[in-house]
Amino acid sequence: MAGRIVVPFGPQHPVLPEPIHLDLVLEDERVVEAIPSIGYVHRGLEKLVEKRDFKDFVYIAERICGICSFTHSVGYCKAIEAIMDLQVPERAQYLRTIWSEYSRLHSHLLWLGLYADAMGFENLFMNAWRIRETILDAMEETTGGRVIQGVCKVGGVRRDISDAKLKEMTAKLDSIGGEIEDLCHVFFDDASVKHRSVGVGMLSKEDAHKLGAVGPVAKGSGIALDLRQTGYSAYGSLDFKPIVETGCDCYSRCIVRAKELAQSVDLIKQAAANIPAGDIEVKVRGNPDGEYFSRVEQPRGECIHYVKANGSKNILRERVRTPSSANIPPLVKMLEGCQMADVPVIVLSIDPCIGCAER
Amino acid sequence: MHKEEQTITEVGVDNLVSEVSKMYDEGYRLVQIGCGKYDDIFEINYSFDKDYKFVNLRLKIAEGVVVPSITGVYLCAFIYENEIHDLFGVSIKDIAIDFKGNLIRTSVKNPFNTPTITKVKAAKPAKSENAAAAGAKPDVKSDAKPDTKPDAEKKKEEA
Amino acid sequence: MGLFSMTKTVLKSLFNKPATIRYPAEPAKRFEGTRGQMEIDIDKCIFCGLCSKHCPADAITVNKNERTWSINRLWCICCNSCAENCNKDAIYQTNVYHAPIVAGETDVDVYQGKPVEEKPASAEEKAA
Repeated sequence: MAGRIVVPFGPQHPVLPEPIHLDLVLEDERVVEAIPSIGYVHRGLEKLVEKRDFKDFVYIAERICGICSFTHSVGYCKAIEAIMDLQVPERAQYLRTIWSEYSRLHSHLLWLGLYADAMGFENLFMNAWRIRETILDAMEETTGGRVIQGVCKVGGVRRDISDAKLKEMTAKLDSIGGEIEDLCHVFFDDASVKHRSVGVGMLSKEDAHKLGAVGPVAKGSGIALDLRQTGYSAYGSLDFKPIVETGCDCYSRCIVRAKELAQSVDLIKQAAANIPAGDIEVKVRGNPDGEYFSRVEQPRGECIHYVKANGSKNILRERVRTPSSANIPPLVKMLEGCQMADVPVIVLSIDPCIGCAER
Repeated sequence: MHKEEQTITEVGVDNLVSEVSKMYDEGYRLVQIGCGKYDDIFEINYSFDKDYKFVNLRLKIAEGVVVPSITGVYLCAFIYENEIHDLFGVSIKDIAIDFKGNLIRTSVKNPFNTPTITKVKAAKPAKSENAAAAGAKPDVKSDAKPDTKPDAEKKKEEA
Repeated sequence: MGLFSMTKTVLKSLFNKPATIRYPAEPAKRFEGTRGQMEIDIDKCIFCGLCSKHCPADAITVNKNERTWSINRLWCICCNSCAENCNKDAIYQTNVYHAPIVAGETDVDVYQGKPVEEKPASAEEKAA
């Protein structure tokens, strides 16, 4: 006869990068139900549109999250540019693509480190973050900031990268290519990683579609959903395919992210080879009037910036739907029926960025 | 400039659930439910996507109208509907997993539904310790509304 | 192989130098384009207040009558917005970030500008 106990998981937990609270209803070490509870980092950022004019709001949009900061600013700028029908120059689009892919590299390396830490594999965690330092140095040299870049603006970008610098960056990526491959080799093949991830946190393809999973959570369950294929920024002229795995468990989500590292390096090299010369910004006159949903592919999935403006300096409404908040219903489903010791691994496998999820 | 085509169809409270069921049968996935308040009218957008085609259903209601939940069709809508209820005060009935206003903890109830900010001149505080000062800035016209205090404190923690 | 997949990395780490810097004994990594604190050339400033209006963090205060320009170092996010909006190019960004502030120090830096000059008499004579 199994009695039920309720164990609170979070908001403070060594494995969680950001605070989320889950009430786990357990029957003898097996989780029967999980009730999520968020709201610890709600900052009300969407209400700040009333205070800052639309050009200065980029600084707030990129501070929604520290890890996916550049893609948030791209999403916001794209929405305003679509409403005002601005033609952003090609060079600015390519630069935005290059920085977005660097952002994806650093986010996935961070996640691989945290995932290893959740399993107790500290050495792998530190090695993943050591490789990440090279990526952050490249970002700091070109944009000025390691975490918050501050280079995207309505109408283009604020800083340029010279061609000599681009060659240096691609050479650097070539030199760390071997280290990235060694790191991924550990994730693909190591016995302890496989023991803790294979068969854990199953999410079938139908469930992933019905519950609205996005990003690597959907790709690990066999759904080929990658917003970069719609061709925004310079992705229309780059050659790539979304990476899909059919394992439906934590191991396949891990493999998807590890393989996306190699894909991002390839995309950066393609963009750096084909970048055209030209201006990096276009002058913005007047105020936006209209509405638009701008969709971008963040490292964690599909992010939507909905902007509604009525011709004044302050926009009326900005709504951000981040991939982490879309992945909470699949998380609740995945936790049913798992062992309690697997809960940290499953929670981390959706890549929770709760700062994004709550704004 | 890449601008994708996005269609917006208006629906009413009565045919909302049937329109959403049609979307489900055609294989669309629910992307988001968003809400905005413009001059006493709440606009709720239901967004769907299939093969990168983006479709919206828009529901316009006045304050106090009760909206039916679509969690019967798409279970994942519970998180968006709870958020709309907490931030805007829109009442939605029959949500499958109902947090009853406790999903997002704010110090002010329904913060996005409060009237516009008024500028108030704050009293001149002592300039010494910045951590102790309660959100008032020296010599500057400040917006001293209660629910902007979390923003000022966040700035101090960020700095 | 399933076991010993980290051997190569471990051996490399044993024989290479550490990846960390002993900060603050050694200085932190700085690049040319790193975002550091904002500085102003106060003689060029005309105290128009545009920088203060565009500051996302409300860190700048401009007083036209007393001709002072002050910035709160802890609120400034080093975004360079003030420098881009300044018509006189008085504000510029350095690549060194402000040191941490201990108790008893103030976080606001005030810069005093020169007093207003009198208009030269020759211009009025020419108009007459």
